[in-house]
Amino acid sequence: MDIELILRVYPFFLQAALVTVQLSVLTCILGLICGAIGAFMRLSRLVPLRWFGAVYVSLFRGTPALIQVFILYFGGPQVGINLDAFTAGTIALGVNIGAYMTETIRGAILSVDKGQTEAARTLGMSKGETMRKVVLPQAARMMIRPLGVNINALIKGTALLAPISVIELTQTAQRFIGSTYKPFEMFLLAGILYMLFIYAVGLGINWLDRKARIS
Amino acid sequence: MTDQAFVTIKNAAKSFGALQVLKDINLTVERGQIVAIIGPSGSGKSTLLRAINELDPLTSGEVWLEGVQVNKTLPHRQYEAHVNQVRQDIGMVFQHFNLFPHLTVRGNITLAPRMLKGLSEDEANKLAEEQLAKVGLAEKIDEYPSRLSGGQKQRVAIARALAMKPKVMLFDEATSALDPELVEEVNLVMKQLAEEHMTMIIVTHEMDFAASVCDRVLFMDQGVVVEEGPPSVIFENPQEERTRNFLRKHLSR
Repeated sequence: MDIELILRVYPFFLQAALVTVQLSVLTCILGLICGAIGAFMRLSRLVPLRWFGAVYVSLFRGTPALIQVFILYFGGPQVGINLDAFTAGTIALGVNIGAYMTETIRGAILSVDKGQTEAARTLGMSKGETMRKVVLPQAARMMIRPLGVNINALIKGTALLAPISVIELTQTAQRFIGSTYKPFEMFLLAGILYMLFIYAVGLGINWLDRKARIS
Repeated sequence: MTDQAFVTIKNAAKSFGALQVLKDINLTVERGQIVAIIGPSGSGKSTLLRAINELDPLTSGEVWLEGVQVNKTLPHRQYEAHVNQVRQDIGMVFQHFNLFPHLTVRGNITLAPRMLKGLSEDEANKLAEEQLAKVGLAEKIDEYPSRLSGGQKQRVAIARALAMKPKVMLFDEATSALDPELVEEVNLVMKQLAEEHMTMIIVTHEMDFAASVCDRVLFMDQGVVVEEGPPSVIFENPQEERTRNFLRKHLSR
């Protein structure tokens, strides 16, 4: 193993890792927004909204994320959507993970005991008040862990932006392989950085989960 | 309908698909009256109770509370607003307590009064203290429900319902989920309410309690009221064969 080479290139990898972190954060925010909207559509009283939510979920979970990225980035210009690789990639991955998050959030909301809603409604609280003050605070605790699983997946999913030349970790590794012919070292370095990031996020999720349980 | 009628149920019927769980039920409860509904499981007694506050709306028939029709047919938004309003007057206590686990006892009691009646924090706290004192749990005000026994949970649930100053209280098998030694403390609170002339409709399996507290007992079976009358008649001299059969099984235990 060429340690010297690793020491020489790792600053570039750290920079790329920063891009991976940025992508992950933005994708996560967009995913949570899509997930929240999607979940409320799926739980709506109105049939068209429920239907729309269901179509969103099955469409984005039923096709490869890579295809979704390609459609937006390569296919977009054909229909007048011209986005740079970073933006197109973030949007595609965010909307994609949002479909998974829709189901996570919906599942957590549905897992709150029906008696809770009944008790709140019986006191005269409206559906919205019941959701905000009784159901969501309980569902929020239950969705921390499964959302953590989604976030873990989305971080690894950012590697799918390498083919559209976003200068993130995987793309950087590939680029350096082109010039060094050392795939083992380059992919190992990228892998370690992914692992450190995912481990740190995992610790954060655990901390949040513990905190939610105690209070 | 007499002047005294407070809760009136007229020709109530309810079906779940092909299954008819309530068939043409009529019931009038006067102010301050305490009515027990007894009957085998599946007889429709809980469904009837849950129809009174629109948790399980009737398929047909009418529910009235103090001259206001509870189950009005209205466009969705108006219906929701109407139901939210009338439910404030109808307290309900559930078999499984349904306390809000993420809130303290204080939070459980003050949530709805603060939100719906616009009480200030001080007013709401005072209300919570009053209601808790009434059910004998003043010292538990800052506990979370998970730290309470079943009997204590149910007493808090009663305090929570009372904090809305309801006109009528519905009890849906309030002691069925409790360990036997915890039943009495809840029964005592209910008896105390009876002495204060709270109008109550109580679905119960406890014949002794029904006999000692209630003004009137309804025996339901298969979606109909088979027999009704004062507890002395229903328990000691039932007229219907089905009532006798049911009571034989329940009183011998």
